[in-house]
Amino acid sequence: MRRSRNTVLSVISAGVFLAILYMLNLNRAGNGMLISIMQKSAIFALVAVSMNLLNGFTGLFSLGQAGFMSIGAYTTAILLIPVQSLDGVYYMNGINPGIRSLKVFLSALPPWFQSVYPFMALIVGALFAAVIASIVGVAVLRLKSDYLAIATLGLSEIIRALFSSPQLDGITNGSYGLNKIPAFPKMFGGLVPPIITPFIVSAVCITLIVLLIRSSYGRAFLAIREDEIAAEAMGISLFKHKSMSFIISSFFSALAGGLLAMYMRSIEAKTFSITLTYDILLIVVIGGIGSVTGSVLGAFLVTASKEWWLRFFDQPLEIFGWDVPLFRTGFRMVIFSILLMMVVLIYRRGLMGTNEFSWDRIFGRFKWKRKKVQGGGS
Amino acid sequence: MNGTVLKTEHLTMQFGGVVAVDDLNIEIPQGHITALIGPNGAGKTTAFNVITGGYMPTNGRVVFHDKVIGENHPRSKMKKIYNGSDRTAFHHQVVNTPDKITRLGMARTFQNIRLFKELSVFENVLIAKHCRIKAGMLSATFRLNHVEERTMREQTQDLLKTVGLADLAREKASSLPYGKQRRLEIARALATSPSLLLLDEPAAGMNPKETEELAQFIKDIKDSFNLTVFLIEHHMNLVMDISDKIYVLDYGKTIAMGTPKEVQNDPAVIRAYLGVEDE
Amino acid sequence: MSITTILQHSLTGISLGGAYGLIAIGYTLVYGILRLINFAHGDIFMMAGYFMIFSLASFPWPIAIGITLLITVLMGIAIERVAYKPLRSSPRMSIMISAIGVSYLLQNLATYLFTAIPRGYPEIPLLKRIFRVGELSASLVTLLTPVLTIVLVALLMILVNKTKTGMAMRAASKDFETAKLMGININRVITVTFAIGSLLAGIGSILYFTDRMSVTPFSGTLPGLKCFVAAVFGGIGNIPGAVIGGFFIGIVETLLVALGYSTFSDAFTFILLIVMLLVKPTGLFGEKTMEKV
Repeated sequence: MRRSRNTVLSVISAGVFLAILYMLNLNRAGNGMLISIMQKSAIFALVAVSMNLLNGFTGLFSLGQAGFMSIGAYTTAILLIPVQSLDGVYYMNGINPGIRSLKVFLSALPPWFQSVYPFMALIVGALFAAVIASIVGVAVLRLKSDYLAIATLGLSEIIRALFSSPQLDGITNGSYGLNKIPAFPKMFGGLVPPIITPFIVSAVCITLIVLLIRSSYGRAFLAIREDEIAAEAMGISLFKHKSMSFIISSFFSALAGGLLAMYMRSIEAKTFSITLTYDILLIVVIGGIGSVTGSVLGAFLVTASKEWWLRFFDQPLEIFGWDVPLFRTGFRMVIFSILLMMVVLIYRRGLMGTNEFSWDRIFGRFKWKRKKVQGGGS
Repeated sequence: MNGTVLKTEHLTMQFGGVVAVDDLNIEIPQGHITALIGPNGAGKTTAFNVITGGYMPTNGRVVFHDKVIGENHPRSKMKKIYNGSDRTAFHHQVVNTPDKITRLGMARTFQNIRLFKELSVFENVLIAKHCRIKAGMLSATFRLNHVEERTMREQTQDLLKTVGLADLAREKASSLPYGKQRRLEIARALATSPSLLLLDEPAAGMNPKETEELAQFIKDIKDSFNLTVFLIEHHMNLVMDISDKIYVLDYGKTIAMGTPKEVQNDPAVIRAYLGVEDE
Repeated sequence: MSITTILQHSLTGISLGGAYGLIAIGYTLVYGILRLINFAHGDIFMMAGYFMIFSLASFPWPIAIGITLLITVLMGIAIERVAYKPLRSSPRMSIMISAIGVSYLLQNLATYLFTAIPRGYPEIPLLKRIFRVGELSASLVTLLTPVLTIVLVALLMILVNKTKTGMAMRAASKDFETAKLMGININRVITVTFAIGSLLAGIGSILYFTDRMSVTPFSGTLPGLKCFVAAVFGGIGNIPGAVIGGFFIGIVETLLVALGYSTFSDAFTFILLIVMLLVKPTGLFGEKTMEKV
């Protein structure tokens, strides 16, 4: 009984959210800023969840997300930049002829292909990242937690150096970056308008991750997080499962990177610096390490705050003609950093701790007798 | 079926200059309860760790169900320090990771309890069933193996009932009292469907009454799960009560072995535990 | 490339390496005791750069140096007290995240206070005096840096090996819990560790930025990471090792840039890191520890 009530409620909420999106779509121009912030939030929600899979659920402290995002972003961008724009984009050194011919070939394929092509580009980018992750993982995953963090950080920087190096000019356009990246495509022949596409893609991906976490393999990840040695003694192959987690996390981080490329329309290696990984870590920490709901909520909260509400702090403030000191550019990020430190030091579990969203818990608050929390076994 | 479940031949483990396990030769028959005792630091847990694949032995061989699961021959540096017998009898190097050995049917508990603290009692045991899963990651993710999943859960529930922890299924493992945590560790090890169960000081910290219950418990699960049991223990009552055979270690060397009666009266054992009397 | 050019670049490299070495010591000391990678250390180095800019604007350079170093030390100690001490018994991940958080805060604070536009680093005329030896030329600061580094390291080794405080530091890095039980005032030891690390980072900052034009809020990130790699290379927890690591990275980096592979000079450091972690994680001079089950 409760199960079906919960499912119905979840479906209704999703429906309401979708309806809001469609309404916003009706007045795209007017709602431009809101839509943009929500899209960015959805993309960051995906990468936050994939980081949480690795760090929060498997206990592997990896700081390499920006690197994998850049792999996805660059691959997707290179595949999607229209053939006619290529010379403009690669104006300094020209594009690698092999890639050009590939793109020419692809652009000649029939329309049905063209409509799924952007999604294929996303997946190709993600697969590429997964392959890199599987190779790198062999080396890196047996390191102790602190060393793993710095090794993955280093890896991220190596990737960045590679992508912006003059030697790869023909492919990645070196330090000039890529632009003229097409925006989000529509889905299902217009059923889903372009601006709603990132939400659907992100939601599907997050759902897949949640399904994985809830499966037996997800439980094995938790065991590794709790106590590696005990997990191994219980028959769980550390290498196999750590690699699994690492590869899947990288896959979805790269996919989010591809979405980011479509969102930003132009990217450069600087976009994927260590700061980006820190930004995602921030979201994961604030939302709660070990909570998917937390990462999603955190993504929306943090992105909205950064882009919107906290801009308030960056403008000079006048109260009754008195110029309030401190309020100028950059203040919002200081406030933000202080809030982050407060979460790290005081509200250590973040928004959700390790809990997920549960209708039962909400209803439980409204009953006289407190129901026993339905956590644990399921 | 009566055969030798576990056998070690000249098993030696040396760390730098310390020979923690020196020329250990044990044979554990199917269905028996065998005990490994000795003063603290005698090398018992190290022996467990080598047998379960935590370390590669310095010398010797571990045979499980007639399959060599660990073997090594000493390298020249070790040869100089180590003076054990039959150094050159072994030629191969075989090492298996602990998870592989568990899947072969050997499960263990730990001296310092290593439960999955933040997870529930139910989850602790359910996770131990993962090693027998047939579904791959993809099919498990999409619940194509929902029958298998349901079976695993039912088996977990049964196991919890057997050890008497069923009513605590939803509790966080770290919130359990000490005695129940030890039982949970045993239940978790049982969930991997082992044929040989290694228990590292299962009665540590228990009072005499709890120890008695534990003794009966071990005998019960041995019968109902058709197990062979190998345990390390300090509580002599427990050891003497349930063991079929005892090996006594001191400073890594085997100083005595035999039935409880034989070992109890062995002067070498008494000396090791109580020290030499001043004349 | 002529021998002279190579030597000239080597000189620059050694000087850079000296600065790196001083900063790397901070990482190795903190990791030795707390097993923490102090991600914020590079940003302390950056802030010291800004402190210097502002003190030199108001005070003669000897006093300015003193003020800068003092404030840097105080900042390092304050960070430890506020951001790391409360998390000493928390899981490792938490304290690392805290360090990242402090780094983040310092960068944003610097951006807010000083803007992201590079601020010119003032010249200390004495330090910029050029000396010539044959065909080589170098400023005083370039020559001074490695010498100063070696002197400071020698002093530090005396402190660590011959004084009571040093002994306490060594004890704490071998076995934290037991050191506490033996009555060592662990808070004082940690404070001293951070003070020394920050002091050296401050000195390194002065030496580093004197040869560079400007400071930005992000000037500390990359050098910080590189210095951590230097510490790992030399063997984490080993002080002379960290300095040798610093020199090594400084020289190779300078040579790579001179040869035209500037983008790879940064990548080189990280490739070195990964190779080290795979081949010899304990570094050149580090010690092995075994974990008991």
